[in-house]
Amino acid sequence: MSLDPEYLKSERSQEWRTALRSKIKNKERTAIQRVHMPEQAPEVRVKYQDREVNLGITAEMAALEASRCMDCVTPTCIEGCPVNINIPKFIKLIENGDILGAAATLKETNALPAVCGRVCPQEKQCESRCFYVEKMNLNSVAIGHLERFAADFERASGTSNIPKTAAPNGIKVATVGSGPAALSFAGDMVKYGYDVTVFEALHEIGGVLKYGIPEFRLPNSIVDFELDNLKKMGVKFETNFIVGRTASFDDLREEGYQAFFIGSGAGLPRFMDIAGENYNGILSSNEYLTRVNLMGANSDNSDTPVIKGKRVAVIGGGNTAMDSVRTALRLGADRAMIIYRRSEAEMPARIEEVKHAKEEGVEFMNLCNPLEYFADEKGMVNRMRLNRMGLGEPDASGRRRPVPIDGSEFELDVDLVIVAVGVSPNPLVPSCLPDLKITKWGTIVVEEEKMQSSIEEMFAGGDIVRGGATVILAMGDGRKAAENMHEYLQKKVSNPTKIN
Amino acid sequence: MSNKIIEKEYFSDKVIRFVVENQKISRSRKAGNFVILKIGEKGERFPLTIADADPVKGTITLVVQIVGVSSAKLAALEIGDCITDLVGPLGKPTDIELKGTILACGGGVGVAPLLPIVEAFKKAGNRVVSVIAARSKDLIILEDQIRKWSDEVIVMTDDGSYGRQGLITAGMEEVIQREKIDECIVIGPAIMMKFASLTTKKYSIPTQASLNSIMVDGTGMCGACRVTVGGKTRFTCVDGPEFDAHEIDFDEMLMRLGGYRAEEAVASNKYFQK
Ligand SMILES: Cc1cc2nc3c(=O)[nH]c(=O)nc-3n(C[C@H](O)[C@H](O)[C@H](O)COP(=O)(O)OP(=O)(O)OC[C@H]3O[C@@H](n4cnc5c(N)ncnc54)[C@H](O)[C@@H]3O)c2cc1C
Ligand SMILES: Cc1cc2nc3c(=O)[nH]c(=O)nc-3n(C[C@H](O)[C@H](O)[C@H](O)COP(=O)(O)OP(=O)(O)OC[C@H]3O[C@@H](n4cnc5c(N)ncnc54)[C@H](O)[C@@H]3O)c2cc1C
Ligand code: SF4
Ligand code: SF4
Ligand code: FES
Repeated sequence: MSLDPEYLKSERSQEWRTALRSKIKNKERTAIQRVHMPEQAPEVRVKYQDREVNLGITAEMAALEASRCMDCVTPTCIEGCPVNINIPKFIKLIENGDILGAAATLKETNALPAVCGRVCPQEKQCESRCFYVEKMNLNSVAIGHLERFAADFERASGTSNIPKTAAPNGIKVATVGSGPAALSFAGDMVKYGYDVTVFEALHEIGGVLKYGIPEFRLPNSIVDFELDNLKKMGVKFETNFIVGRTASFDDLREEGYQAFFIGSGAGLPRFMDIAGENYNGILSSNEYLTRVNLMGANSDNSDTPVIKGKRVAVIGGGNTAMDSVRTALRLGADRAMIIYRRSEAEMPARIEEVKHAKEEGVEFMNLCNPLEYFADEKGMVNRMRLNRMGLGEPDASGRRRPVPIDGSEFELDVDLVIVAVGVSPNPLVPSCLPDLKITKWGTIVVEEEKMQSSIEEMFAGGDIVRGGATVILAMGDGRKAAENMHEYLQKKVSNPTKIN
Repeated sequence: MSNKIIEKEYFSDKVIRFVVENQKISRSRKAGNFVILKIGEKGERFPLTIADADPVKGTITLVVQIVGVSSAKLAALEIGDCITDLVGPLGKPTDIELKGTILACGGGVGVAPLLPIVEAFKKAGNRVVSVIAARSKDLIILEDQIRKWSDEVIVMTDDGSYGRQGLITAGMEEVIQREKIDECIVIGPAIMMKFASLTTKKYSIPTQASLNSIMVDGTGMCGACRVTVGGKTRFTCVDGPEFDAHEIDFDEMLMRLGGYRAEEAVASNKYFQK
């Protein structure tokens, strides 16, 4: 992989890069201010569910930002990226004006750069390890913005290069699910020459990228473009197909599939199990976001209904909670509130989403926890009771544990409540494979280096293994699984007694 | 998987039987399973029970009652048309064993999902007594097919226009008074299932009810279909659709069925005025 120091060194010592480094002094580079992402004004963007908030940086902005990167001898930023993108190489290509070359560099290790540039929690990953942050206490190079710029440029140029694939080897493999883990797995396997089929339970490909993350953060057209590339590379897609139900693993083995990648995600929503939680108007974030993002319930010509709340409470502090509360604003809420039991410092959401939510007028009721819901005579939620929390001793995760404050109870009028307190692994696949080893949380056990499960021809990755992670971690798993499944299958092929 | 409609038959002007091509589902489905359909790009996802299947021909049978926009859109399809999206089989299949005497109760369009269960229980060697009920004669469906797999059939209509006059519970009482019932299954409108299960509770007869909660994905992902059973929240699509009827909170279930009534009414008015 690109972390290999020899590879990094040889790339870095190429003539054009050496020349580029000497063009501007590091002192001048570090004096440049970090680029600011142009955004749609808050009062405009809250009216549109389908308009992206971040507008993207211009070519001039990108070139200037790229010149901030010092092309470090030891680029620690790469270690912060779960798929080890050769970050200085792609950034220097941008500085050099070769944007398509930058896009190609991204694609060496990342099948979906336009997606990751938009949704990666960069401040916790690549950008947190940038020299600017680690050694100079300055704002990091805007790696995510540059990644998005290069990917968007390539898409708009119409000259998108389809990665080369090896000659077909005729070996059939399948994925269970079509989220980022399965898609990156499929992309790599098709490059190795396999006959890859992606099976998806829903009627659309993409997993959370389609049904979860809203248009204002990640337009579906971008996901579709990447899917199109996979199709052109030869990946086959079957929607409305639940592996384990529509056909069993045995049926698929009979059809010739030799190995499987399970990327079925963490689709099972959690509720809090408090009084009144099953009243109408109280739904999981998965239900709310699916109605809007997958089924288009916000538009007039969709048959799927959605409740357009005026006083909306969203329980939770993660990306899902931010996406839900900002969706509620866009569907016409007067009050859209985040109710989170810890303080803002502990919020797992991307910092940018919290910032955007605040600008748009979301109310943050931190250190508050719901206790009970009340409803009108038709069973429609109309009020909730909460209490305030204080922060106690740190818990196992190192975060300070919220503890209820005595006598702090209060009530709030609400007409829509969205519960976004986390998801559990989807139990469907494990439940039809008795030999598959799972943890007590229901995640699939894999050998970490290989992503291979207790059933040798089944590999797994993404949320079904991690319980809940990020798009890029899921994709990293998919790549790792592809590499190791390839090795596994090649051994099997050279030892044909094992093949039926 | 073409999802092509190859047969269409009207049981009444509101209840229609479709035979649809889908080879995979026809092979993997079991009694009690359902599918989720979506009609057109902008259609909603809605569930229907698989009333029958022919794995040789590669077809499944669906029986739909027109109640709103989605069911009407399906009803408007003709032979040769294709259902845009069709996924399944979903839900846990019915637990079919030799139990002795089964009392099978179906109300309205609930007789359609009841049919494969009656057939399976009969084939497993049980004595099956079926009670089917509807508001009036023209709403009684699949009577002949139910007869084929039942030892006895009692037909009840609210208005007495066919069979005996009275509610389904009257027919059930009659059988229960007369012979020992080992297990009961009820499928129909939620309100009917509530009263039917109260009836069997009186006599401590183990009873399963097949719930028709509102659904979106049908794979356990959204929680729209949640119901309270034995004090615990369960998801109808993956934990059900059949549950121990005596443990179901039917009042909550009835309330939840109305969760989108205002939105549905608007959609209906718009659609049927066109
Ligand atoms: C609202 C929301 C916002 C998020 N925002 C961010 C963000 O900003 N940045 C970030 O990095 N991460 C974010 N995440 C997390 C990220 O989306 C997930 O970690 C990631 O999508 C996991 O990918 P996956 O491939 O494991 O599974 P998923 O994306 O969950 O996809 C799994 C797919 O498998 C299908 N499936 C399941 N079982 C079967 C079966 N038996 N047969 C066929 N198909 C099946 C499911 O229908 C689903 O489509 C967000 C998540 C949510 C819900
Ligand atoms: C497991 C299961 C099996 C079913 N089997 C059958 C069957 O074999 N034949 C049949 O005619 N009907 C069946 N139903 C009910 C059928 O799904 C609904 O009648 C249909 O979705 C109504 O949609 P609509 O747009 O026509 O009506 P709407 O106007 O949307 O709604 C009318 C009423 O139908 C119910 N409903 C609405 N949307 C849904 C939804 N997405 N899911 C479930 N119920 C909903 C509500 O009670 C609502 O008030 C089944 C339901 C479930 C959950
Ligand atoms: S994929 Fe994500 S973590 Fe990696 S460089 Fe891009 S934005 Fe950073
Ligand atoms: S650490 Fe920062 S400055 Fe150094 S190469 Fe990476 S992005 Fe550029
Ligand atoms: S229909 Fe979504 S969880 Fe059951």
